[in-house]
Amino acid sequence: MTSNQIRAWVVRGYIALFFLYLFGPLIIMSASAFNQSSYPTITPWEGFTVEWFGELAQNDRLVSGFINSVWIGFGVVALSVPTALAGAILLMQVSDRVRPLYYTIVVSPVLVPGVIIGISTVIFWERFGSVVGLDYETTNNPFFLTIVGQSTFISAYCMLVFIARLQRFDKTLEEAALDLGATHTQVFWKILIPFLRPAILSSVVLAFLTSFENYNTTVFTMVARGTLTTELAGLARFGVNPSISALAVVIMGLTLIFAVIYEIKKRREEAITEASVKRAAMKRRQDTAAAAAQVAT
Amino acid sequence: MQRKAGKLSANLSAMQFVQRNGLAISAYLLTFTIGWIVFMIILPQLYMFDFSFRHNLLPMEIGGPKDVYTLKNYKYLMFGREGGGEMLNWLHLAVFFKTIIASVIVTIINFLLCYPLAFFMAQMVKGRGQRLLFLCLLLPFWVNEILRAFAFKLIFAELGLVNAFLIGLGILDQPYDFLGANVALYTGLTYAYILLMIFPLYNAIESLDHNQIEAARDMGASWLKIHLRIVMPHAKPGIASGCTMVFMLTAGALAAPNILGGPSSLWFTQIIYQWYNTGGNWPQGSAYAFVLLLSCIIFVRIMMRVFKVGLGDIAKR
Repeated sequence: MTSNQIRAWVVRGYIALFFLYLFGPLIIMSASAFNQSSYPTITPWEGFTVEWFGELAQNDRLVSGFINSVWIGFGVVALSVPTALAGAILLMQVSDRVRPLYYTIVVSPVLVPGVIIGISTVIFWERFGSVVGLDYETTNNPFFLTIVGQSTFISAYCMLVFIARLQRFDKTLEEAALDLGATHTQVFWKILIPFLRPAILSSVVLAFLTSFENYNTTVFTMVARGTLTTELAGLARFGVNPSISALAVVIMGLTLIFAVIYEIKKRREEAITEASVKRAAMKRRQDTAAAAAQVAT
Repeated sequence: MQRKAGKLSANLSAMQFVQRNGLAISAYLLTFTIGWIVFMIILPQLYMFDFSFRHNLLPMEIGGPKDVYTLKNYKYLMFGREGGGEMLNWLHLAVFFKTIIASVIVTIINFLLCYPLAFFMAQMVKGRGQRLLFLCLLLPFWVNEILRAFAFKLIFAELGLVNAFLIGLGILDQPYDFLGANVALYTGLTYAYILLMIFPLYNAIESLDHNQIEAARDMGASWLKIHLRIVMPHAKPGIASGCTMVFMLTAGALAAPNILGGPSSLWFTQIIYQWYNTGGNWPQGSAYAFVLLLSCIIFVRIMMRVFKVGLGDIAKR
């Protein structure tokens, strides 16, 4: 074997090990959901069963946690996507002098540990609420706190998505529309929002999923209540029961389907933009060719 | 005079802003952004900072004569209970330093693990193979963080696969307590944030012109030298970003230590959580949280200084 061949095998072996590390644990966990053993494991294998799935539906805390998670997810999407959009548009407009400071502030939630965001949200609304005289029940409502706390950093994530898209925005479109007599509101709805649609879709998905699976912030802001993730963490910590594995199979199945649909959709969108770019380039080439032919004759 | 001029220009730019966006859109942009910055980002942190200097009082005592500033919450982290007999609060300080050091080690392992793959994906494969690799990388991370940690608990448990395997091979006589020894915790933490290391590295290495590597190889540079002198210097912003994100998330992790940590060992975030939850001492918890926040800020500043990158390079993903 030449040294090149050896190197190729080393690379292959490394990649195989890497993905074994990535997928192995999940596959083992999924398999343990179907083992009859009352302890979640695959060794020894005591026979195939689906009884652990039945146990899931009877766990009231998980079911109510799931419902809470969905509501909070909607709330976070409703708050963080518009916030992120506003933050991104403003970033494009603030003066060069202010921009670095502004950017540092709005991007900082990405870097602050989720635990700290959770704590500070709870303290702030408790104290601020009593100082300003807001209704105690509202400012200490676990759903309110969780939505606000999670949106603090999820808005920053989504803002990064919007910024990436806005950087490719052609300002002349806006100017042309204004010149033709459109109002600012019309320009916003008819030009900017359609241009941003892919970014809006991505942020909605990103915000919902991030909210759904968040633990660090939520465990503080939910106070005594629970979301699916915090209930799951409680079970995973203290209980050793194969029904967690069963839930993992359900969640993994759902997320896989969701992920694949999302990927396919994204691919298709990319393919469409690529194709239109190619078409435009081709047309331009044809036009120049035609023009050249005209000049030649 | 100068202030007047400043005010004038501020008024002018405000007018320009409204003129540019229209009244309704201006109102929307300002309401949401200011609400976010003031009520979600800045004030909560300031309130937490303020709260960390207060006594743990009953709700009715707040604002009363007992509600004065104190340093005792920070003193407690350093020296323990007053008159406790110990010189320093070793229990909590040890947890703090263990968390920081372990996070640094996890970050380094993560980098060593991800760098070759990022390089391979950025420079060696193209087209369909590359897309397949991306999809395979993304899929496990669509799964909940808790479930990923739980998977490691299963593998490293007393009756888990690793113990069964090692006993089957005759290497071990009886199950080894991997959870108690934190092996499961460190493996799980390394796993948890792989993506945040891979993607910045990939993006940075991808922009390197492959001809540079070819040229170095033609001139006889060794494989190690190519990476140390050409690829890594080029990928510096990506390395800084990946390492910072992984460090911050590891140091601030709560789910993985809760699920995978041994019963006798704590992560610093777990102490914070205890002050809030079972301890019922919020100001004390705030002081600990602020120390964690400060350590993270210092870490980011060091990374920015060492790698000479801006905050934007780090947070961009």
